[in-house]
Amino acid sequence: MSGLDTRLAAKPADYKSDVKPIWCPGCGDYHVLMSFTRAFAQLGLPPEQIAVVSGIGCSSRIPAYTNCYGFHGIHGRSLALAAGLKVTRPDLTVVVASGDGDGYSIGGNHFLHACRRNIDMTYVVMDNHIYGMTKGQPSPTTEPEYDTALAPGGTGVAPFHPLVVALASGANFIARCFSGEPNETADVLAEAIKHPGFSFVEILSPCITFRPDEKVWKDQVHAASVGATHDQGKAARRLMTDDGFNIGILYRGNRPPYQPAVGATDIDWSELERDFEL
Amino acid sequence: MAASPSLSIAIIGSGGAGALTTGDLLLETACAAGWHGLYTRTLGPQIRGGEAAGLLRLAVHPVECLPDQFDILVGIDWLNAHRFGAEIKVGPQTLVISDPRGGEPPPMVTQSGARVVEVPMKEMAKAIPDGRPNMIALGIASRLLGFSAEQVSAPLEKRLADKGPAAIEASLAGIKAGFGAAAGIAYGTQLATPRANTARRWLLSGNEATALGAIRGGIRFAAAYPITPATEILEWLAPNLSKVGGTLLQAEDELAAINMIVGASYGGTPSLTATSGPGLSLMIEALGLATSAEIPIVVVDVMRGGPSTGIPTKSEQADLNIAVYGMHGDAPHLVLAPQSVGDCVFTSQWATHLAESLQAPAIILSDQFMGQSRAAIERPADVAFIGARTLAANIAGTYKRHAMAANGVSPMALPGTRGGQYTADGLTHTERGTPTSGAADHLAQLDKRRDKLDRFNFGDHWASVEGEGDIAVMTWGSLTGAAREAAAHAVADGIGVRVVAPRLLAPVQPERLAAALEGVKRILVVEQTHGRQFHKYLRAHYDLPAPVRAFNRPGPLPITAGEIHRAITEWR
Repeated sequence: MSGLDTRLAAKPADYKSDVKPIWCPGCGDYHVLMSFTRAFAQLGLPPEQIAVVSGIGCSSRIPAYTNCYGFHGIHGRSLALAAGLKVTRPDLTVVVASGDGDGYSIGGNHFLHACRRNIDMTYVVMDNHIYGMTKGQPSPTTEPEYDTALAPGGTGVAPFHPLVVALASGANFIARCFSGEPNETADVLAEAIKHPGFSFVEILSPCITFRPDEKVWKDQVHAASVGATHDQGKAARRLMTDDGFNIGILYRGNRPPYQPAVGATDIDWSELERDFEL
Repeated sequence: MAASPSLSIAIIGSGGAGALTTGDLLLETACAAGWHGLYTRTLGPQIRGGEAAGLLRLAVHPVECLPDQFDILVGIDWLNAHRFGAEIKVGPQTLVISDPRGGEPPPMVTQSGARVVEVPMKEMAKAIPDGRPNMIALGIASRLLGFSAEQVSAPLEKRLADKGPAAIEASLAGIKAGFGAAAGIAYGTQLATPRANTARRWLLSGNEATALGAIRGGIRFAAAYPITPATEILEWLAPNLSKVGGTLLQAEDELAAINMIVGASYGGTPSLTATSGPGLSLMIEALGLATSAEIPIVVVDVMRGGPSTGIPTKSEQADLNIAVYGMHGDAPHLVLAPQSVGDCVFTSQWATHLAESLQAPAIILSDQFMGQSRAAIERPADVAFIGARTLAANIAGTYKRHAMAANGVSPMALPGTRGGQYTADGLTHTERGTPTSGAADHLAQLDKRRDKLDRFNFGDHWASVEGEGDIAVMTWGSLTGAAREAAAHAVADGIGVRVVAPRLLAPVQPERLAAALEGVKRILVVEQTHGRQFHKYLRAHYDLPAPVRAFNRPGPLPITAGEIHRAITEWR
């Protein structure tokens, strides 16, 4: 995180744009947008110092709904784009927004390497266990028995466990939130942004249109019974055995972030030519 | 003894025999002594232990292509030499040095009518403690070419400095023995004395030249995923970018590499990645994103044989189609092609400047031959083409990232600029950048992105146009040197030939080409593809004012000056 300035007394509205979301009424992502703006206001970040980067999908529409700099890129590649931005512009606060299809399926490999690389950014995945924008196909987090047109009778394939993957791949901060709790989510996002290195926040964000069954999530989620651990082994056991509805900051690592020195121009490029001179 | 302005030598050995080192040292010796040279390494697919050959042409003038036939061929051994087949041309005039214990010479030698002289290089090396046959070969070749032992020893000592005095001594002893063996070989030609040359000269590969040109043009970030034959660009940039305040990030794949540079450039840092055909295929979607979002980026494609994995270690020009037409939708962008090792510096710098000025992606089509050849060149002139992006500052009111502008280039707000917040998008957008599916907005932005390229004045650098005459040889990329040499032979025969080689392949320049071809009676199109991609590209975009013939062949066999010369003279 960069450019903190708590003297500004910013309001969440300062971070919202006038672009009207395309989301369905009742979509969890409205609340996530609210959590974004609350977290930014809480941290007092100047909007022009924040970059919100995304891929493709319902959740990836979020950058244009903020009043920050945004990049709505191509499907699955937001983390790579954000990595290039952050290493060359360490002064910016970089937040990456994704969904379970964009982030865990087409973008799965980048997820592993972003965790491993540990560049200082916050990765928010709005997980609704379905491809919403293409109208209801199973995603890597869809339950195996969930019936869809593309997989009649269910996929029969075990879902992906993003938090465990994040931990094993080296993420430096791991949390789970529920979109229906925007204040709590905003607090976690603020912590994630402040934490050095790669912070991963999975937000359960129901798709009312294609997964009406997810309306019960609000009754299933529960606050984690213990605070965040610094111990990878303990975190692994907790994440492997939790019920998928455990909400809160679950792991805080202390790996130093990757940030090469940039911007210093020690020598003129003409000096590089000397290697070639006869 | 006759003095020749140009001599060529090929050194062959199985992998690990040191043939390539011998070639490198011959090149370094010759260039330090004032000659010009071009040296290319050719290898089989094996990482270690396959066949290897160093192909070297030395001259008193700049060299941009290999010869039609080698004057000297040294076989340190012949174990895998047959795999080169037609790649290394041997003829009756060739002197072949062969080790009687190095296996049977391949048919390309035995059927050529070449004079074969046997020298027991292995045995001679054994007589020297830690001696190596390739150093005997170096001594023989040096003596035949007309170098002194002193001239050879300087680059050798530099190269072996890390290995200590014993290694240097063993090598020098080997070279001395080679000189002794060559004394008994009657060879009537030596390289002519080089002209006194006061210009500053460089010895570098096309890949290094491309990387240097990029830094000259302002590139300060590179994303890297290794691929043959482009990796050297990235390996050169890794330490050197950090010296100029930039950095390089290794990506997990080419998809990540291209998106990393889009992100870095969005943040204001001129950015590049380098790859080859398979990588370019993976990068195409993001090249469309950069086109739509108007983010300048530079992608170098060092072409190799294709399609698919193709021939990774050998050259071809068959990525022209994907570079020009690869993206879905109407996606105007820049495609450029350097024409020689030296021109890689200029073209890479110019491409960076154009991408930045026009807020559009630029693809540079280099190739394996040019990229991995080392050449002695005169230091390229400093040119003023440095990244010049139009930025938005002091923004008041609503910022329109993609606002219409007379030249199509709208000022870009970089993150951190107050009031300039916008979302870059691959979705069709309004002037402000907001997504839309409206017909008018779609058309307006398509027009904008086309017009900014079409209205730009690319100047004389768009092509090299040389010579006069009613025959035009049209070619591009690394074949330009061979075409120029063929034209020079034709002119010596009294046939007027002009060589027209576009350096800028997209956007096309119809008026400029029409002027370059004014008055021609025949157009010979020369390219290293199987599907005549360049020929079809010319046919699609230009009114060619005269009958056209295509002379094309896919890789890996190089197209030589002699072949182009014959194609010119046969069409009379």
